[in-house]
Amino acid sequence: MASFYGFEPKNPLFLGTAQYPSPAILADAVRRSGAEIVTVSLRREAANGGAGQAFWGLIRELGVRVLPNTAGCHTVKEAVTTAEMAREVFGTDWIKLELIGEDDTLQPDVIALVEAARILADDGFQVFPYTTEDLVVAGRLLDAGCEVLMPWGAPIGSGRGLNNPYGLRSLRQHFPGVPLVVDAGIGLPSHAAQAIEMGYDGILLNTAVAKAGDPAAMAEAFALAIRAGRLAFEAQPMEARDMAAPSTPVMGKAFLA
Amino acid sequence: MSNPSRDARAVIVGAGVVGLACAVELLDRGVSVALHERASSIGGRACSWFAGGMLAPWCEGESAEEPVVRLGQEAAAWWERQTGEVTRQGTLVVAPSRDQPELRRFGQRTDHFEEVDGEAVARLEPDLAGRFSRGLFFAREAHLDPRRALAALAAKVLAQGGAIHLGSAVEPAELDAETILDCRGLAACEVLPRLRGVRGEMLILKSDEIRLARPVRLLHPRIPLYVVPRADGHFMVGATMIEGGARNRISARSMLELLGAAYALHPAFAEAEIVETGTDARPAFPDNLPRLVRKGRVLHVNGLYRHGFLLSPAMARMAADAVLDPLAKPEMLHDLAA
Repeated sequence: MASFYGFEPKNPLFLGTAQYPSPAILADAVRRSGAEIVTVSLRREAANGGAGQAFWGLIRELGVRVLPNTAGCHTVKEAVTTAEMAREVFGTDWIKLELIGEDDTLQPDVIALVEAARILADDGFQVFPYTTEDLVVAGRLLDAGCEVLMPWGAPIGSGRGLNNPYGLRSLRQHFPGVPLVVDAGIGLPSHAAQAIEMGYDGILLNTAVAKAGDPAAMAEAFALAIRAGRLAFEAQPMEARDMAAPSTPVMGKAFLA
Repeated sequence: MSNPSRDARAVIVGAGVVGLACAVELLDRGVSVALHERASSIGGRACSWFAGGMLAPWCEGESAEEPVVRLGQEAAAWWERQTGEVTRQGTLVVAPSRDQPELRRFGQRTDHFEEVDGEAVARLEPDLAGRFSRGLFFAREAHLDPRRALAALAAKVLAQGGAIHLGSAVEPAELDAETILDCRGLAACEVLPRLRGVRGEMLILKSDEIRLARPVRLLHPRIPLYVVPRADGHFMVGATMIEGGARNRISARSMLELLGAAYALHPAFAEAEIVETGTDARPAFPDNLPRLVRKGRVLHVNGLYRHGFLLSPAMARMAADAVLDPLAKPEMLHDLAA
């Protein structure tokens, strides 16, 4: 299993905590999926007040690792400030760095991302950057001090699955030793299985579970898909081919007249 | 402030929507009531002051659990009987064309609606003609003006011989009364440790260019919002849902989201006056369902979350059941500390 800054989850499902019908249903989803890491969005205003701690308290009660994120940030400064606040609120150096460059697709601003990643890594943060499948950007993020990469599958919340399997496979092959997590765009367990079969080390998702009719059941479905994908990857899948290959030999069979 | 009443059989602390509803319900059943409210006016420090006032149990089924849908169906008739303030015009749910999957999802999660096309949308809301080609119409839903409804309940309490003590900040557990109802909302979070605040922000706009007959919900994957028509060209636009009880002013982001939704519904809202912005925190338990919690002489009625007007009638009914019969076990009753 891959190591994310020294943490080796048995179940590499990173579950987002937004948009659930209630915190109780979120807790069910975490328990039933066996997720060991949850991501939490820190909206700035919510971190200020005393009573605002109640929701974070419920998250802490889950007893899982918290990966705070900078969701909704558009500038380097905003993201760095949010990361610093998250470190204070959650007492962790982990930060999922999300810097939005385009509001319709919520596509990451990869230029600003590299800059923010460098600032945060230099400040002792362990950065999980939400990026595209671009190889050159990936290299820059590693140079900036990131030890994990989180390329998108498809735009956040779109549920479209892996838009560019070729690009994701190529990223996997270029950086064989780097823990890679597909983050965003996953809609179905089969999408998650597909990424893990390719050799990805984890899946980060939120909407696909939170907005399902039965979030806890869907969370379990994702956990099972990730497990299946991992087993398949380790079992070394067969190569696809163009022509049929009979699974039982034809030669030597008796012909019936 | 008067002495917290020894003679009244029930003392209620908190004159938000559920406190007032409990008062009216108890008076209806022959229990005398004294109500204490820390604010100097009805609604002055209650999150129900900023509510949308939608009595929309089936729409709420999109994200709320079954009890909300079922118990919420009592609401419209109760409010009509108690206040006469209810408008029964249903709810219209629409989505911009690029967010049609959200409309399908909403339809899959809810019932008691009919699918409507662009022409039907125009018949229901002529000012939205040509703007939305599909929608869901929940004909049996209703709405009210929360501020008028709160005032009407308060008037009814007084008319039926109940007492309302404004500017009276009392500690429920210290009151000398045989039955005490703690309806303080988030102010009770010190005695109800699982209670949390979910912040909501809203706007009131005024426009003479647009007429709506009913609440319209505009679906969007990130910010589902609604516009509720009120008297004299006023529209309530709500509401954000932000975990955390901090009660400062509305954020620029929330204002942008709310105004963006109003503008997406009808561009004429760009010319509307911003009459008011409001921010408060809704009290909620971890399952976002309301609870009656009995702690000695004190019965807590709390956690109505975003369903204050929708669920107060049912919660007041259950609270009255619990007050009149100590052995009663209404469904939302939790005997232990929540």
